[in-house]
Amino acid sequence: MDRNSPPPPLPRRRVTLVDLVLIGLVIGMIVYAVYRVNDVLVYHWNWERVLSFIIRFDEESGRWVANLLLQGMFTTLRLAVWATILATIIGVIMGYWRRCNNLTLRIISRTYVELIRNIPPIVFIFIFYFFISSQIFPLIGLSSLRYDSPYMDNDLFRFMFGNPRLFENFIAGMICLAVFEGAYITEIVRAGIQSIGKGQWEAGRAIGLSHFNILRDIILPQAIRKILPPLAGQFITLIKDSAMVSLISIQELTFLANEVAATTTKVFETWILVGAMYFVLCYFFAYVFAKLEQRGARANR
Amino acid sequence: MNDKTTSPLKVPETKAKDKPIVEVSGLCKWFGDFCALFDINFSVNFGEKVVICGPSGSGKSTLIRCLNQLEEHQLGTIRIDGREVKPGMKGIEEIRRDVGMVFQSFNLFPHLSILDNLTIGPIRNRGMSKSEAAEMAMELLDRVHISEQANKYPMQLSGGQQQRVAIARALCMKPKIMLFDEPTSALDPEMISGVLDVMVELAEDGMTMLCVTHEMGFARQVGDRVIFMDDAEIVETADPESFFNNPETERAKLFLSQLLSH
Repeated sequence: MDRNSPPPPLPRRRVTLVDLVLIGLVIGMIVYAVYRVNDVLVYHWNWERVLSFIIRFDEESGRWVANLLLQGMFTTLRLAVWATILATIIGVIMGYWRRCNNLTLRIISRTYVELIRNIPPIVFIFIFYFFISSQIFPLIGLSSLRYDSPYMDNDLFRFMFGNPRLFENFIAGMICLAVFEGAYITEIVRAGIQSIGKGQWEAGRAIGLSHFNILRDIILPQAIRKILPPLAGQFITLIKDSAMVSLISIQELTFLANEVAATTTKVFETWILVGAMYFVLCYFFAYVFAKLEQRGARANR
Repeated sequence: MNDKTTSPLKVPETKAKDKPIVEVSGLCKWFGDFCALFDINFSVNFGEKVVICGPSGSGKSTLIRCLNQLEEHQLGTIRIDGREVKPGMKGIEEIRRDVGMVFQSFNLFPHLSILDNLTIGPIRNRGMSKSEAAEMAMELLDRVHISEQANKYPMQLSGGQQQRVAIARALCMKPKIMLFDEPTSALDPEMISGVLDVMVELAEDGMTMLCVTHEMGFARQVGDRVIFMDDAEIVETADPESFFNNPETERAKLFLSQLLSH
């Protein structure tokens, strides 16, 4: 034996009889499901019909353009991005209020979090939507915006918010989601602030920094680094939760999928396809965030 | 290069030597029902170096943490340079700027570079410009023999280096008194002497120091006085030589024998 010789291999994990039985069972279940759909329901698969709702060839302009489902996915994505930004702002403020010395602010944020965490999201969205769309929007003048003005009818606006005509609809859905997710982000922020040791506060106090300065210069910069991974997870959760706002007629992926399923009557294809679209979207972001986190962890070392 | 007379550690001799900077009388402090400090009376004059020792749990740390109100006391009065320090008072930041503190666990800001750890206080509190603060910080880092690490982050430094940075950070506020809370207790043995050397230099430059430590060599070398605490009270006060050689009280004898036995 010589310490420089290549090391002997460790025992490898092998495929065992249990694995084969389990794989066989899974394949069996899939085959049975396909058999039931094809031969018992006598379902006629027609993928082409549904796929054309993702992307279609526009005869007039002679180009391929995004059709309903892809447009819906973009709306979902826009909703998720804007709602996450707004929810993070709400979450940081409320998360700070959870921990601050003022009793009233603590009560407000606690009430907000407990209220939202203890009613079903759909119930909350119904209540909140009818309140903001009927009361708040006229108040801030959002319902009297001119959609054909050059400020709204341009490419940048379309890229950021989608169709200007659906702007009010979009904002309503976005605020609903943001207020709803904000409660969860509040808890993430609170946990992040709490995870920074007492010693950091004390060191800041000992050099005579004010409470605000300690929070801004010492605590939050460290807390935000710890918050980013769960915040990224919350963004992915929000993409999935955004399907709920289809119930208040926000024209995102699930809402449009419902329409496609209704007009084509191809229910299986539509929902399998939409499921796949959500999966690709969420899995893609999960993968990107995981990579970013790894890189961040390496940079911190 | 760094002449002693222009040393940034040098404390201006504007105050009379025998004027007290810290006055504590009748100080009591409870954590819940547990009495951590009971009827503490002592004072520290400008330029004096006082060492506080005693068994763990005797209230040493709590005592010095009350001085800059990291802990709030229930009874008694504390005066720092003539100003009374009260729990929940307005303007406590002003007093804290005059009182430097070094913690057992360093408590450097891990997201800031060494230089920024030092300059954040002067920039935020004293309205100093970035370059002015950086210049002063570099001088101080030089004095604690660590200026070549200025652009690193705390995690990249050894414990001893981190503690010296922590000392420099406290000095950056130009404090009138320095409080040390067991500054060498969390260090590997080979790191201790570097930190103690810096503290000795600081003492030689005339800084007023109040130091919780078990380092008897340091206490003998620089201490003007030793305060021995046990069970929330000051049990004995003496000069280091007589305290370590002939402690008067039984409790001090017991403590010293335990300290020496290992």
